[in-house]
Amino acid sequence: MDIIVCIKRVPDLAEAGLEIAADGRGLRTEDLDFDINEWDDYAVEAAVRLKEQHGGVVTAITVGDEDAEEVLRRALAMGADQAILLDDAAFAGADPFAIATALHACIRSLPFDVVLCGAVTSDGASGQVGGMLAALLDVPQVALATGLEVDGGRARVRHEVEGGLEREVEVALPCLITAQSGLNQPRYVSIRGIRKVADVAIAARSAGDLGLAATAVGEAGSRVRLEGLLLPPAGKRAEILEGSLDAAVATLVERLRERGGL
Amino acid sequence: MSATILVPAADPEPASGSPLGIPGPLLHGLLLLVALAAFAWIVRRRLLVLRRGAPDPRLDRLGERLRRLLVIGFGQSRQLRYPVAGIVHVLIFCGFLVLLFRSLTLLGQGFWGGFAIPGFAGPVYAAVKDWTGLVMLGCCAVAAYRRLYVKPARYHDRLALRSHGGEAHVILGLIALLMVADAVFEATTLAAHGGRSWALPLASLAAFALEAVPDSARPGLGVFAFWLHNVALCCFGCYLPVSKHFHVITSLPNVFLGKLDPAGRVKPPRHGLPPGAQPGEIGVRRLADFTWKHLLDFFSCTDCGRCSDVCPAYATGAPLSPRQISVKCRDEAYAAHPVFGRPPAGARPELVGGLIEDRELWACTTCRACEDVCPVTIEYVDKIVDMRRFLVDDGRVPAGMQKALGHLEKKGNPYGKPGKKRGEWVAADGGDCGVRVLAAGASAPLCFFTDSATAFDPRIQRIGRAFGRLLRAAGADCGTLGADEVDSGHEARRVGEEGLFESLREQNLQALAAREVGRVVTTDPHALNALRHDYRLGEPVLHHSELLAELIAAGRLRPFALADGRTYTFHDPCYLGRHNGVYEAPRAVLAAIPGLRTVEMAAARNKSFCCGGGSLYLFREGEGERRMGELRIEQAELAGAQVVVTACPFCLINFEDAIKTTGRTGRIEVVDLAELLERALVTAAPPAATTGA
Ligand SMILES: Cc1cc2nc3c(=O)[nH]c(=O)nc-3n(C[C@H](O)[C@H](O)[C@H](O)COP(=O)(O)OP(=O)(O)OC[C@H]3O[C@@H](n4cnc5c(N)ncnc54)[C@H](O)[C@@H]3O)c2cc1C
Ligand code: SF4
Ligand code: SF4
Repeated sequence: MDIIVCIKRVPDLAEAGLEIAADGRGLRTEDLDFDINEWDDYAVEAAVRLKEQHGGVVTAITVGDEDAEEVLRRALAMGADQAILLDDAAFAGADPFAIATALHACIRSLPFDVVLCGAVTSDGASGQVGGMLAALLDVPQVALATGLEVDGGRARVRHEVEGGLEREVEVALPCLITAQSGLNQPRYVSIRGIRKVADVAIAARSAGDLGLAATAVGEAGSRVRLEGLLLPPAGKRAEILEGSLDAAVATLVERLRERGGL
Repeated sequence: MSATILVPAADPEPASGSPLGIPGPLLHGLLLLVALAAFAWIVRRRLLVLRRGAPDPRLDRLGERLRRLLVIGFGQSRQLRYPVAGIVHVLIFCGFLVLLFRSLTLLGQGFWGGFAIPGFAGPVYAAVKDWTGLVMLGCCAVAAYRRLYVKPARYHDRLALRSHGGEAHVILGLIALLMVADAVFEATTLAAHGGRSWALPLASLAAFALEAVPDSARPGLGVFAFWLHNVALCCFGCYLPVSKHFHVITSLPNVFLGKLDPAGRVKPPRHGLPPGAQPGEIGVRRLADFTWKHLLDFFSCTDCGRCSDVCPAYATGAPLSPRQISVKCRDEAYAAHPVFGRPPAGARPELVGGLIEDRELWACTTCRACEDVCPVTIEYVDKIVDMRRFLVDDGRVPAGMQKALGHLEKKGNPYGKPGKKRGEWVAADGGDCGVRVLAAGASAPLCFFTDSATAFDPRIQRIGRAFGRLLRAAGADCGTLGADEVDSGHEARRVGEEGLFESLREQNLQALAAREVGRVVTTDPHALNALRHDYRLGEPVLHHSELLAELIAAGRLRPFALADGRTYTFHDPCYLGRHNGVYEAPRAVLAAIPGLRTVEMAAARNKSFCCGGGSLYLFREGEGERRMGELRIEQAELAGAQVVVTACPFCLINFEDAIKTTGRTGRIEVVDLAELLERALVTAAPPAATTGA
C-alpha cells in the first residue's frame, strides 16, 4: 500500500509572546520554537500504522524551506520511508489553495492508495488544504477522522460531523483522509531516533521540477490576498470567580444566563 | 536396616555396613557422585544463562568489595530492619556456617568411620553444633508459623503471578529433617560419649525419645538416620539452584559483585561501548539484554518482599512491585533455559511490554527505597531505566511525558516556557535577591544551578530567591547561568531518554565552561545528582543544605530563635538522602535554629518515603489509588509535626498539593529549608500567616 502524508512545520504559540514582523505580514520568528503541526503528527502515526499492518511505503511531503526538513526527519524517525521537500522561493506567501496546488503537482506523479493530512494547522488554522487537495486529486475525502481501518480496497473511517456527532463511513481507495485529535496516540520520537535518520536523503523539488509556473503557486497563485496581520487587542474582561466551588459555579451560571449563553 | 550391626552398645558405623547389599562406602560414593553431578549440571545450566547477558565490569575495587561482603554479606547488616524475620534469618545464616563442618564430617564418615575434621572433632564444637541444631529447629518453627499463621502482608504480593511460598516450606522441611536426622544419629552414639548432658541438648532430647525404641533397634536406627541425613543434604544442595533458594549460593557473590558506582549514577546504556558509538538497539527488551550481573540479581532474589514493602508505588496501589520484576524475570529465565531437556519450542513471551508491562515501568519514581532495603543488594533503578530506554527507543512513552520531553528538547525545560526567560526568576517578584545572571565570560566564586522548577515554577522561584537572599546575608557572591542554562536532564535520563539527556548535559557543560565559576550550588537534589554523578563534576557541586550548614558553622549566618509553638520534621528527599547520602547537613541547619522543636518521622533518613516527584511524575497522572505525597503528609502528622521541612522543589510541590487535596490547609505546612532559615534570620516571632500557597 502506498501512503502519502502531508505535514507542516509550525511555531509553538502556546507560551510565546507573539510579535508581528516588520513587514506586517507575518510573525517574528526569531524567538519561536518550531515543531510538526500537532494534527500532522496524528496523520504520520496513522500512516505508519497502516504500513505496519498492510506493508507498503510511506512518503512524507512538506512545502517549506530547508528548516522544514526537521519535520520530515521526524516523520522518517516515526517510520516514514521517504520524504520530499517542496522548496522554492516561488512557494512563499501561499494560501491554502496555493499549498494544495503545489502538493497536488507533487502527488499526482506518485502512486498512492491513501493520502493523509492533518485536519487543521495550529498556526494558519484554515483547515482547507486537505479538502482542496482531495478535489485536485479527484479522490473522495473524509475530514476529521477519529478512527481508521483499511481492508481490501476500502477504508472504514469514523469521523466528526456537525453537532458534536461522529459517524462511520466507508470509502473506496484511493482516498484522502484528514486526521483529527483522538485518531491515535502518536509514538514518541527520541533524539536517538532522529539521529538514526540523519543521513537519509531527502528529495527536494522546486516549482519547475513539479511542472508548475511560478505564477501558479505562492502569493501569485493564491486566491486570498493578505493585507496584513494584527494582534488582537488585549481584553479587559477576564475575571476569576472567587469563593467556594458552589458559589463560583452559581455565579458562572448566572453570568452565562445574563449574556444569553444558556 | 542393616543386619551386619549386631552389637547394641557400639557406635553405629555406617561406613562398615552394607545397606541394600552394597558396601557402605561404595553406596555413599555413588550417592555423592550423583548429587555432585546433578548439582554441577544444574549450576552450569544456570551460569550459562548469565553468559548470555550484556557486559558489566564488576571486578574493580576489590578491597571495597570485600568490605561489603563482610558487612552486608557475612555481617547481614541489612537484615535487622525487619526484626523478627531478620533475627530468624541471621540465626539460620549463622547456623548454616556452623553446620557446614558437621555436614562435611558426616559426608566423610560415609567413607571412613570416625572421620573428623581437625579442630571440629572435640566436645566444644559438638556442643556448639548441637545447640545450633536446636536453634535452627526453633527458627524453622517460627518461620513456618509466620508463613502459615501470621502471614505478614509482604509475603503476599498483590501483583504476584504465582506464589513461590511452597518452596520456602520445602526448604524449611528439609532443614528440620537434617536437624532431626542428625540428632537421632547423635543420640545413638551418646552412650559412647558420656550420655545425655546440657552440652548436647538436641541429641539428649533425641536420646530421651529413643528410650521408647528397643535397645537392639537403636544402632540400626542410627545408621538409618545417618543415611537419611546425607541423602537429605544432597537433595537440599540440588534443590537450592532450582528454587528461589538459589540465593543461599548466589547471594554472597551477588553482594561481592554489587554496584560500587555512586548510587545516584545511572549505568550507561551499554558498558564498554566507545563514546559516540550508535548501537542498533538500546535498552533492555529481552532477558539477554540485561547485564550478566543483573541476571545474577534475579537468581539471588530471596523473594522476601522487603523491596515492595517499602516501594511507594506499591504502597499507593500503582501497578508496580519491584520484587515481581525479579521473580518474573527469574521464572522466565528458568522456563526459557530449563535444567534438563531442550528449551521449549516456539517463541518466548515478550519480556518488556509483555511479562513486564509498560505501566509497571512508568510507575517507578527511581526513589531507590527498594535497593536500599534489599538484603542481597539487588539493583532496580538501573534495570528499570534500562527497560525504559527500550520503551523510549520504541516510541512507547505516555502522552503527558511525551509533551514534557518534547518541551525539554525544544525549550530546555519541561514546562514549555520560552528558554530565553530562564533567568527572569531572580527578580520576578520585582525585588533583587542578590543572585547575578552571569553573561558568558563573567565569573563568580559560586554558581547557582537552578534547574527548571526553580527557574519557572512561580512557587519554587520563591525558594530560589530566599536562598539568594541568604547568600547575600552571608556575604557570598553568587551568579547563575540565566538563559544559557537548560534543564539538567536528570529526569530525561531516568525516563530512558538518553539522547536528550546527553544533549542537555552538553549545553550545560558549555554554559559552565563559558564562565569562570568556582563551586556550583543547587536547591534541587535532582540537579545535584545530575551534576555530581551524571555529569561527573563531583564534589564541587553542593546542595544548598550543605552550603547553608557550612555558612552557619563558619558563623556567617546566625539564626534567631524560632519557637512558634509548632513542631517541625524534616523530609529526606530521595535524591539528597538515599542517592547522595546527605542526611546531616539539613539537620544541622535545623539544629542551628534556637528553640526550633523537631521530631523525626518513623521513615526518616534512608527509610524516607518518596513524595512522588521523580521520573516526570508531575507531568502525568499516576496510576496509583492514592498519591505518595498524601501518604507522606499523613506520616508527618503521625509523628506530630505541623511543619514539614523539605529541600527539594518536587517534594514541596507534591506536599503542598497533598495538603490542599486532603483539606489540611492551615493545619500543616510545608517549607523549604532555605525559606525556613530566612524566617529565622529576619524574625524571632512566628510568621504572621502560613506562606504555603
Ligand atoms: C500571506 C501568507 C504568507 C505565508 N507565507 C508563507 C511562507 O513564506 N512559507 C510558508 O511555508 N508558509 C507560508 N504561509 C503559510 C502557508 O500558506 C500555509 O501552509 C497554508 O496557508 C496552509 O494553510 P493552513 O496552515 O491554515 O493549513 P490547513 O489548511 O489548516 O492545514 C491542513 C493540513 O494541510 C496540510 N498542509 C498545510 N500546509 C502544508 C504545507 N506547507 N506542506 C504540507 N502540507 C501542508 C497538513 O496536512 C495540514 O494539517 C503563508 C500564509 C499566508 C496567508
Ligand atoms: S529484591 Fe531483595 S528485597 Fe526484594 S524480594 Fe528480592 S531479595 Fe527481597
Ligand atoms: S525505585 Fe522506588 S518506586 Fe521504583 S521500584 Fe524501587 S522503591 Fe519502587
